[in-house]
Order: sequence, then structure tokens, then C-alpha cells
Amino acid sequence: MKPKVLILFAPGINRDGDLSVAFQQAGAETEIQPLSVLCQSRLDWMQYQILALPGGFSYADALGAGKLWALDLQVYFKEELQRFVTAGKAVIGICNGFQALVKSGVLPGANGESQAPAATLTFNQGGYFECRWVHLQPQSQICIWSRGIKTTIDCPIAHGEGNFQLRDADRLADLEQNGQVALRYLKPDGSSANGVYPYNPNGSLSDIAGICNPQGNVLGLMPHPEDHIFEFQNPKRATRSNHSGLVLFKNGVQYAQQS
Amino acid sequence: MSIPSTQHVYRFEVQPSYANDPRAQGFLSAARASGLDQIQSIRCLDLYFLRGHLNEDQLKEIAERILYDPVTQQVHWQEYSISTEEVPQESTQEMVIEVTYRPGVTDPVAEQLLRATRMINSFEVDAASSGQRFVVRGEKLTTDLMHQLAKRLFANAVIQYYSLGRITPSFPKETIASGRVERFQLGEMSAEQLLQLSQERRAALNLEEMQAIQGYCQREGRDLSDLEFEMIAQTWSEHCVHKTFKATVQVNNPNPEDRRFPQEYKHLFNQTIRAATRQLKKPWVLSAFRDNAGIIQFGEQHEISFKVETHNHPSAIEPFGGANTGIGGVIRDVIGVSAKPIAATDVLCFGPQDQSVDTLPDGVLHPRRIASGVVSGIQDYGNKMGIPTVNGAIYYDPGYTANPLVFCGCIGLAPRDTHPRDVQPGDYIIVLGGKTGRDGLRGATFSSMTMDAQTGEVSGASVQIGAPIVEKGLVDVLMEARDQQLYHAITDCGAGGLSSAVGEMASECGGEVQLVDVPLKYPGLEPWEIWLSEAQERMVIAVPEQNLDALEEICEKYGVQMTNIGEFNGSGRMRVYYQDQEVLDLDNQFLHHGLPQRKLQATIRMPQHPSEWLNPDANYPSDNPEERLLRLLAHPNITSKESVIRVYDHEVQGGTVVKPLCGVLDDGPADGSVIKPLSVPGEKALVLAAGMNPEYGKQDPYQMTLHAIDEAVRNALCCGADPNQIAILDNFCWGDPTRPETMGDLVQAAQACFDGALHYGTPFISGKDSFNNEYLGSDGLRHAIPPTLLISAMGVIPDWRLALTSDLKQADNLLYLVGYFAPRFGGSHHNLIKGMPVIEEGMPVCHPKTPGVYQQVYQANQAGWIQSAHDLSEGGLAVAAIEMAMGGRLGLRLWLDEVNAYREAFGETGGCILLEVAKQDQVAFETHFGNKSVRLIGKVLSDQFIEIMNGEYTWLKMRMEDLVQAWKHQQIREMQA
Repeated sequence: MKPKVLILFAPGINRDGDLSVAFQQAGAETEIQPLSVLCQSRLDWMQYQILALPGGFSYADALGAGKLWALDLQVYFKEELQRFVTAGKAVIGICNGFQALVKSGVLPGANGESQAPAATLTFNQGGYFECRWVHLQPQSQICIWSRGIKTTIDCPIAHGEGNFQLRDADRLADLEQNGQVALRYLKPDGSSANGVYPYNPNGSLSDIAGICNPQGNVLGLMPHPEDHIFEFQNPKRATRSNHSGLVLFKNGVQYAQQS
Repeated sequence: MSIPSTQHVYRFEVQPSYANDPRAQGFLSAARASGLDQIQSIRCLDLYFLRGHLNEDQLKEIAERILYDPVTQQVHWQEYSISTEEVPQESTQEMVIEVTYRPGVTDPVAEQLLRATRMINSFEVDAASSGQRFVVRGEKLTTDLMHQLAKRLFANAVIQYYSLGRITPSFPKETIASGRVERFQLGEMSAEQLLQLSQERRAALNLEEMQAIQGYCQREGRDLSDLEFEMIAQTWSEHCVHKTFKATVQVNNPNPEDRRFPQEYKHLFNQTIRAATRQLKKPWVLSAFRDNAGIIQFGEQHEISFKVETHNHPSAIEPFGGANTGIGGVIRDVIGVSAKPIAATDVLCFGPQDQSVDTLPDGVLHPRRIASGVVSGIQDYGNKMGIPTVNGAIYYDPGYTANPLVFCGCIGLAPRDTHPRDVQPGDYIIVLGGKTGRDGLRGATFSSMTMDAQTGEVSGASVQIGAPIVEKGLVDVLMEARDQQLYHAITDCGAGGLSSAVGEMASECGGEVQLVDVPLKYPGLEPWEIWLSEAQERMVIAVPEQNLDALEEICEKYGVQMTNIGEFNGSGRMRVYYQDQEVLDLDNQFLHHGLPQRKLQATIRMPQHPSEWLNPDANYPSDNPEERLLRLLAHPNITSKESVIRVYDHEVQGGTVVKPLCGVLDDGPADGSVIKPLSVPGEKALVLAAGMNPEYGKQDPYQMTLHAIDEAVRNALCCGADPNQIAILDNFCWGDPTRPETMGDLVQAAQACFDGALHYGTPFISGKDSFNNEYLGSDGLRHAIPPTLLISAMGVIPDWRLALTSDLKQADNLLYLVGYFAPRFGGSHHNLIKGMPVIEEGMPVCHPKTPGVYQQVYQANQAGWIQSAHDLSEGGLAVAAIEMAMGGRLGLRLWLDEVNAYREAFGETGGCILLEVAKQDQVAFETHFGNKSVRLIGKVLSDQFIEIMNGEYTWLKMRMEDLVQAWKHQQIREMQA
């Protein structure tokens, strides 16, 4: 049976369609549900196997990217989300969805005693929104989305607030040790981006493009693997094939099928 | 509504907790660029104000949960009172400027803040506003300097106000509407009084038009309400009805030999642009000049629509808001043909970025500020709508300093024949989307007038800030409503607001509207303001009663407001009520057909040098072609636009096959864009491209137009488009058409549109004209733009695998020049480089056999022989070849003519393309073309050098990195966050 993906839709979300196509290509069924509908119907999230938070500009990014979507999650959907995450089901947040997961405290997760958020996605170091293709190294072997991927992934970024930073830089070692660094930016030749623009496009700490929670079932990332699913999307199709983002979604779908 | 005495105002300050805040850095570099060198640093804080009654715990919760990011920011709050206002400091080392929006201007952040505070608790908060605080440090700061800084960088008086020290926040003013309707007794007015009324109400109507209205009043024995008068003025505005193009034109041509133009046009548009489309009779054109956007076939199951609009005057006085609502408006045009917006384009014309502040005409913003604001405005709207901005261009000319041009385009996709256009009597008039405010009054007439130093102040209300998220909701709702066939007709609320949208929909039948039902942003709007307001993000649809519930359900799902404001009927009249009062009652026949046809005079101007004239005495400088090439590459019109392109999301929706940048390092210039929509099965893709050349417009508007059509087609072809399936759009930006010389230029361009469209087989499907792009300086001098015509092309490519890019692919490949190459220096960029010798000459003309060459190019591509393609445009052959080389970071050897290398390298030409071909295809390729229009001109090298040979000698040899550096030196960046 095909796993069912619940794709959350907040006003201003705009990559829901792209994400839906990516999941369908990976073998899942998708449903895009506006938060307003979920709020009223109190639909049971547990009937889905995967939860996805797409990119866009929820609430126009007013007061900070993902901030008000995070508030929705905290105020209206706290229990549903917590249950889904604790049950070990697959969750992915991309771009604005990642920002919402971080700002609502779901990622990096397990923050010990402290109530204050441990991480954030802030303004790109260059100060501007930027759209360009990047190269990604899937790293985490505990993350059900990135584990076992042997290839690097090429896909675009399109964001103004994708600069990953920690409140306490010492926590970086913890994240690494826990296997929570899921994806890192690379140079085209596969070597470390080493903080160098434009390979690391936004100044993220330690070239981090995506992180997962300690359990590995929740992934958040700034780049858009959902926009590199088909050959025609790849500007380097003549010389660099086999770096599609589909692997990530296939991983998630496979995990959902098995669990 | 009065404010209870228990209410207080709270002020929150949010500041970054780390150094090197990029936003502050942006302002600092902008301050330096505008000559304010004393400033050493700027800190930038966000301000939020809430009005209500809150205790300390509640303030803390709001601050911590909503207002700041604890990892990167700090927050402080306090209750605001007049006594806490800061007195401007006496210190000359640190001063503070605070900025906030004027009351009534859309403040999307404040709206969200209000919603969020209510969400976390039922807090007693009734209003919110936002602002910014700038802490400026430097040497010998003065209050004068702070005022300059505030005006140049931080606040635009049209939408914002500032103070030195703490600012008093503004909340929407709450006034009570009088409901008063003014009445004008037009019947008895003298000619002078009629003109005075037209001017007082900024109606932009001339005496003949005022007299036509007077005649109507006399016939019906009546006076006119202010609503009626304003509605007629908007409906008859140049913007809405295109009266210049519908005019009869007497043509005065001083050259009796010249038979290109008739002595008289009875209807300029019908005899030129529309006539071309009619004669071409392309079966794949589904709608031309009928709907808000032109529509062509896309495969068997789909149709694609395209519309390009200009938003020039609003962008001149408030660049961010002007461009923002420009893109918002053109997106609604596409929604207005029931299509999903799938791509956006933008072509921008600005004054020189290095213009000195002292030479700016009074009341004109600096071109840098206009450019950065416009780019931010497009970015903000396009990105937030989730529409990829995939194609565009930027031109600079002193003629655009006071009057920038902002062309915004949008492409839509819909299932075939699902766009209904059939208003039925009894259908309800439903308004969807944003609420109505006092913003954007009289935009249609404003855009039809010459601007002057007071325009910013007087027409402030014409400019709005967009709310893209609201418009996104409209798309979400309307695509579902279309699929469920819930409405009979749809129109966007653009210029003229409800008066124009409802008026147009009711023009065939009739309708009645109740104004008190229109949802308002704040109370206090007079009836005429409600009817005319151009508040953004609204659509009007005609919905039969049985579908209301289904529509309501969709609207709730997406949080979109829907309001029933009236009913269509078969009366043949438009009637509007305010409560019980009838405030408007106009006969459709008069309203939509009563405008007298304008009679205009056109004088054809002779170009300074006849086009195509080759100067036999042309003197080519013999020294230093390297420097000339570097300076051409660095010319603002030619230099890389990467810094602008990257702030637009060109990947969203996942369909962008050819991106705006290409090549191994993703920085080569693309000739156009190829889109394969995810929702359309199969391999078919669409191609977008454009052609424009204001330099040629100054020389010869007729030839300029042919070049623009040729360039648009050529660019599309260079992306792989089938030249037999290209539709084009015209966008004219012109001066005052009542001047016979300006009208003469227009006649030349319009006639060339007809001639060119037939010649290339490219029907026009949509267009728009913008006149009076002039600025009357306080010195009495007129600043007019060069005659500017943008031709946008939309083509189809049967298989996306045929898509081409401009970057060189492989060393040892061959480079061919195809087309009839006849370079000239008239209108060339060579002649624009300061300090370089100008070669007096005519401008180039396109060879009549060019369309045949394009067919051959397309066939060669289908055969698989073309590796890359790039057209020759601004800068000529050398620039085009180097752009290809830079894209592929591959060297190139070019063989130019022994005697004419200089002309061949730097002259400009139409109708020519460079094609990269692999050696193994050489014979087949050459045989295919014959030898008339093809010339082997170069070879791709594996090293990083560009070498140009004249005959056997090396005429020029340069390193790739020097060329790249020259080409990429220019950066425009936005200043607004």
C-alpha cells in the first residue's frame, strides 16, 4: 500500500505542489490540507504515514520566516504534532517548513531543560534572498531521510533566511555526535564548502543545510530537493546526472512503508 | 469608534544581538553611495506598537513568543507616552531616526502582529503598527544631514513619515463617513468651467470629452453625481480605453517618396496591430485583444496566456510599492482569464545609477533608489506568490531618470476552454479578496498625466503596498472555483477599482451595486471613494445563486473574504446605491461607447542619418581594441544582471528548464526562458523571450520596432522555440501623443508592428500602451523618455530536449554566424561609451530574408546539430561571442575580416545568431544553410583566452578572467530590507 503524506498548507505556502509531485514520484499518495481545514475538522493525523511542511512564505514571513506558522503549530496543533513525532513517523520540513519546525522547537529537538529555542534560521549572510543551485552531502545515518544515500544531491535554494545558527555554538559538537547533521553544503567537486560563498550560500554554521531530531525521523532542510526530481529541471543534465533529490523522498517513503 | 481611556500604547524594540547585520550594512553602503561620507555606522532596529490594555506578563509573552528570535535578537518594551519621546540628541556623533507608515497605508506586518497577539490569548489589543529605528553614528552629524539621510534612504514621504528621535506611532484614523454625494450641474457649464472641473478632479479629460458628457447630461436632462463623473473619467481614461490608439490620425510625412504610411488612419489600432493578427489567422491563437490577457493553444488539453503591464508613474514616486503592485496587477490579469500564474517577467528602465544628486530634477528620487526599490518590490511580490520570475532585462538611459519604466509580465496556464465569459442577468456580483480602503484613488487617470514635482504629494493616494499573500489566496480559491465551474465571468479590480471591473462586466447587460456591502479596511470612506478605490488584491466574479454555498466553502478553506455586493440584470444601465440613496445611474451605451474618437496629428520624423547608411569615411581607431571591449562589457546595459536575477525565485513550481542564468558556473546570460509546467503531461514546453532597444527608438522608431520584433523572435529561437508558433505582445511607453512629433513616432512604430508581425508570422495577442511618460521639472523643462517599445514573445517548443542555452559546450567545436550580417554604428553601444570616438552612421536594418534563416536554424536544431545559440544584440558580435565563452568558461578564436575587424566586432546588426556546432556535424550543417547566410567565424578552445584575428593576424587576445571581471563588475543591490 502506498503511504499517505499529509502536506500542511498555511496561507502563503507555495511549494506544496512541487512537494506533492516529488512524493508521488517517490511512490506515495499525497493530500494537501490547509491549516484552517485541519483546525476545524480535527482530522486525525495518525491516519497518515508522513507529515510534510513545504516551502513558501507563510503569513508573508511577517515577524520572521516561519515564526507565525510555528505559532500555529504551538497553539493549534501541539498534540497532533507531538504524537506524530513521538510515534516515530516520518516528518519533513523544507525551507519555510524547516523554519517553522525550528521556530516551534521541534528541531533540533530534545533541548534538555531549557525552554528557549536552541537554534534558528536567520538572514543570509549576504543580506539578500537568493536563488541558486547548490550541492548537498547527505550525512546523517540516523536520519531516516538521508541515511544510506551514496550520491550527493544537486538542487536549488530559494530563501532569504536560511542561515542556520545555534544559540550556543558548543551544541554543534552534540548535534554532530548525535548524528543530527543531516545535510551539508558542498563544492561542486564534492569537497567541503568550508563556509565559502556561494557553495555555502547563506553563511550557515558548519555548512549545515539540514538537521534532524535525535530520533532521526524529523528532517528539516533549506534547499529544495523537490525541485530536482525530473531530468528537465537539472541545468547540468548534460554533464551531471544522478544527483537528483528524489532519493531523499524515496528513503522517507520506504521508511513509511516498512514501519 | 472612540478609544477607551483604559487603552495604552506599548512600544517594542527588536535589535540584532550580533555585529555585521546585513540589513544595516546595506543601508550604510547606500548612504555612502549617495555621498553621505560622514556616516560611519548605522544600526537598524525594528519597532512594533500595540494599542490596548496589557499587563507586564502579557507584554512579555507577546515579546517572547511573537516578536523576536532569541538566538539572534534582543527585545525591549515599555509603555509609550508623549513624555517618553526622545528629544533629538545634541550629540554630533550619534543620532536617531525613526520611521513608520502613514495612516491608511497597508502595513502587512502590523496586520499579522494583531492577528498573532489575539491568537495566543484573548488579549485586549485593538490596533498595531510597525516601524524602524536607525541609530546613526559618524563625525560631525547635523540635523540637516539626518533629514537628508531620512529622505534619501529611510523614509518615502508618499507612504511613510519619520522623526529625529522617537516617533509617535500612527494607527488607522477612524472617521465617520458623511455619505455625502457631490453633484455637478454640467448642463450649464462654460467650456472653461468644464476644463476646470476636469482638472480639479484630476480626470485627464479634454474639452471635447467633457462636452460629450455635457451633451449626455443635457439629453437626459440631469446633473451628475461625483461617482458618475469619476466613473466616466476612469472608464474613458487612456489607461482603460486606449483612446490614442483608437484615434483617427492625420499623417504628415515630409518625405513624399516614403510610402510606408497612409495619409490617414481611421482607427490606428485596428489598422495596424489588430489587423496583423486578423490577417495572420493563426489557428492556435485562442484569444487576442479580447480578454485581460492573450491566449494561445498549448497542446490539445491546455492553453497559455500572457499579459505585460507597465507601472511607471507609481514606481517613480514609490518604487517598492509601485513595482510591487505592478506585478500584483498583471498577475490578476492572468487570474482574470481563469489561468494559474506560472511565470513572471520584468523589464526595467532606469536612469544612470551614477547620476549626481545635484543634477536630479526637483521631486525626483535618485535612480539608484528607484532601481533598488523596484527590484525589491518585484522580488517581494513574485517570490511570495510562488511564481518564478524567469525572464527580464534592464536598460539605463538619462531619459528614464525622472520617469522609470517597469514592465511586469505574467504567464498563465489553464485547461483548454475553461474560462467563462458569460454574465447572466440574476448572477450575483461577488468581490473576493482584500478589503477596500482609501488607497489607490484615480490611478487610471494618474497614469495618463504628465508628472511634475508635486505629483508625489498630490498623488500619494495612487500608490499602494501590495499584500501578495492575499493575492495568493485568490489564486488558490479561483482555480478551484474554475474547476467546479462556479462562476460565469471574472474580472480583476485594477485601475478604476470596482467601477471599472463591475462596469466592464455589466457593460453588455446591466447591474446594481450596494456600496455599504463592500467590506472596508476602516470606516469613513465616502461613496465615490468606495466605488473608485484601487485597493489591491480584489477580483470580481459573476456567480449564480445556486453556486454561492460551494464558493463560500472554498473561500473559508483558504481564508479568503467573499462579499456579495449586488446583482447583474438586463437593464442596460449601471446603478449604484449607498444605503437607500441612488448615487449612480448611467446608461451603458453612453458609458462604454459615448467617448468621442480623438483626432490626432502625426508628423513623421526623418532619422538624423538614414537607417542602414554606411559612413564611407568611418574612422576606426587603430589602437587598444582591448580597452574598448572591456568598457563595452562593463556598460550597464550589457553587464551581468546576476545580482538582480538571483533575488528572484526562478525555480518555484519546478518547471524552469532554461533558467535566466546558464553555463558551467551558472552565470552566463540566457536569451530567454523555457518552462515545462509540471501539470502538463508530455514533453512540450513554452518559451519566453523579449526584444527592446531604446537606442534605436531615438534614431528611427519604425526600424526600432522591426528590430524589437526580430530580437524577440530571435531570442525565442535561441532557446529552441518553433518560429512558426510564436505569439507576441506590444508594450508602448511613449510621451505626450498630442504632440505631432511624438504621435509621428507612434505611427511609425504601430505601422512597423503590422509590417513586422506579418513578415515574421507572429500575431499580436495582447498589448498595452502607456503615454505621457514625461516629467515637467520645476524649471519648466520637459523630461521625456525615449520612445520605448517592448515586444514580448511566447513560443512553443514541441520537446523540452530541444531547448538551447548560450554557453559554449565543448572545445574544438565550431562557431557559426548565421543571418545577414551588416553591422552599423548608428544606435550602437559602441557609440555610448564615454570618451570613445562616436562613429556617425545610420542604424542597422534587418534583412528581409531573416525569417527564412530562422526556419533553417530551427530545422538545424531539430536535426541535433546545434550545441549552443546566442543572438547578437547590444554590443555586437564580440560581446555576444564572449558571453558564450564566459558561460562555458571556454576559450574562443574568432576570425574577422582583415579590413573590417573593428566594424565586425563592435557594430550592431539585426537578424544574426551565433551557433556552436560539433565538428562531426560541420558538413551537414553547412550544406543545410547553403553559403548565403552562414559563415564559419570561430572555434572553441580549451584554454582560457579569447583571441580575435583580423585575417591572419591576432588583433586582440585577452584572458577570460579579465573579461569576466569587466562583465561582472556592476552590482545593483536593494537597500530596502
